[in-house]
Amino acid sequence: MARIDLADLAHTYLVGDNLPPEAYALKPVSMTWRQGGAYALLGPSGCGKTTLLNLISGIVTPSHGKILFDGKDITPLSTRERNIAQVFQFPVIYDTMTVGQNLAFPLKNRGVPKAEIDARVAEIARLLDLTPHLKRKATRLTADAKQKISLGRGLVRADVAAILFDEPLTVIDPHLKWELRSKLKALHRALDLTMIYVTHDQTEALTFADTVVVMHDGRVVQSGTPEELFDKPAHTFVGYFIGSPGMNIVPAQVSGREAVIAGHTIALARAYDDLPRAAKIEIGVRPEFVHVAPMAPGLLAANIERIDDLGRVQFARVRIGDVKFSARVPEGFSIPGSEAGLVFEPSRIHVYADSRIVEGQSLEKVA
Amino acid sequence: MDKTVNQKAWFLVLPVFAIVAFSAILPLMTVVNYSMQDTFGNNQFFWNGVGWFKELLDPSTDLGERFFASLWRNLAFSGIILAIEVPLGIVVALAMPRHGWQVAACLVTMALPLLIPWNVVGTIWQIFGRPDIGLMGYALNSIGINYNYVSNEFDAWATVIVMDVWHWTSLVALLCYAGLKSIPDAYYQAAQIDGASRWAVFSAIQLPKMHRVLLIAVLLRFMDSFMIYTEPFVVTGGGPGNSTTFVSIELVKIALGQFDLGKAAALSIVYNLIIIIVCWVFYTVMTHAGADRENNPGSA
Repeated sequence: MARIDLADLAHTYLVGDNLPPEAYALKPVSMTWRQGGAYALLGPSGCGKTTLLNLISGIVTPSHGKILFDGKDITPLSTRERNIAQVFQFPVIYDTMTVGQNLAFPLKNRGVPKAEIDARVAEIARLLDLTPHLKRKATRLTADAKQKISLGRGLVRADVAAILFDEPLTVIDPHLKWELRSKLKALHRALDLTMIYVTHDQTEALTFADTVVVMHDGRVVQSGTPEELFDKPAHTFVGYFIGSPGMNIVPAQVSGREAVIAGHTIALARAYDDLPRAAKIEIGVRPEFVHVAPMAPGLLAANIERIDDLGRVQFARVRIGDVKFSARVPEGFSIPGSEAGLVFEPSRIHVYADSRIVEGQSLEKVA
Repeated sequence: MDKTVNQKAWFLVLPVFAIVAFSAILPLMTVVNYSMQDTFGNNQFFWNGVGWFKELLDPSTDLGERFFASLWRNLAFSGIILAIEVPLGIVVALAMPRHGWQVAACLVTMALPLLIPWNVVGTIWQIFGRPDIGLMGYALNSIGINYNYVSNEFDAWATVIVMDVWHWTSLVALLCYAGLKSIPDAYYQAAQIDGASRWAVFSAIQLPKMHRVLLIAVLLRFMDSFMIYTEPFVVTGGGPGNSTTFVSIELVKIALGQFDLGKAAALSIVYNLIIIIVCWVFYTVMTHAGADRENNPGSA
């Protein structure tokens, strides 16, 4: 039970002084994980999320910066002394032990009295539906039951500062993934523990966490609720990585309250007057907030390449000049031909300079 | 779809069958033939039925007494070297480096004794242990230990055992090292997280993961030591007295020393049967242990 602060934390696996920034698997990051939060650490493979997790648990010692639990610097402490639990991608089972002994192992190693161990193991086994298997040899179980044991070993200690999950559901069948994830969510509510969940699957991240931390190329690019990440991505990577299909990000000339794409002018809800001249300017809009309509004067003309039917909604893949775009197909709309117009929701369009969001002045202020 | 039945495939097995017949079955039949007969030279043979076998398995006869004495001696030898080499091999494997150039250096150094021919190993130790010119023998005697493997039974045994440990512990260590290398890092990390002590890591992770390679190591070392001939023959010649005469040495004494082909053939067959039975027991245990792990009956 603790608040975790990262102070200017960075790590490189290379050795040497004056390494270039690219040599760092994790570039300097300062942030706070509050006690009791459910966090997801989301990003593609190789973005540094596992490194960050291993730094917190102490498996890896940071090259720079500090980690504080409740304000106390624990950077020099070993994993054993840190009082943290971690569940790995592949189930780790102690072969010679029964399920019950596996669950009791972390407590036994810490010299917890036997009565307390038994009570705790029984409770965790009940929460994870492992009670019928307690007396069985753990090696004989299926992969998902083994992973449940791994989860159980993480959860069994009541006093941990945080539980870290490193893509724990990779080996689990899809229908069990749902079950286990909701179980984790329920456990989080029941046990009031800080949980940090590493994944590259946005559905997993968005359903599990109340705060999603998106990482890209060794940096934390945005940290926020799922709604914030969806409505207002702080970085083009977030827009592109979260959402299916991802955000449309296209180069544009922006001045004042207008953006020009491929010679066509689109109105913006906010004014952007002093954009840096040298920066690469792009506008981003989620496909959900652009829809196709019959071609009419004043609309941006686009060629429809194909329609993706996602069940509930349909998205059109369109092309404007060289620029590819995704747009929602309104219900009951039939496409007249390959030509269609695009209708934008101005308030949903964001402007990015060198991939980072630019806050425009809202209309009221300008007026 | 059913598999095509094609009995012609048996013809493909014929060459192997022919080679095995010439190299193994025919010579073995000759031995079976000898074991039923007695000879006084001149290529004259007399039928003796199972007489030699009866004599061999009856400790009150001279042949039986020699056979059982050498058999117990041999089993004691195998037991002792296993009791030393297996734990020592595990300790060495645990102490070996995991990364860097030291790994290659270690592996090559440790493989060296395994590459030396048996009789050379015997010769090395025969000279090494000599009290007059051998480094070890001379050194031991100069610090006041009266060591002489030619005249003292204990010294002879100690020499033969130390020699075997020197020659073969590397094999056990290399096998264990391979077993240790195959343990994913996540296990060690999980153990750290779970607060496991060094001993708990060993007993809960490393030893169970080495279980299969250890079975193979024990099997190989048992068979090799049970059939050992060259090294003790070169060092002690089976002496002093008969104290280091193992089964194979006894066999050669009977067959070539006394030219008792019938007795030697009977002993060969019994010796062979013991080895096959032990192999079969090990094989059963190993496949059983393997099936135990692979047969995941699910969480029903």
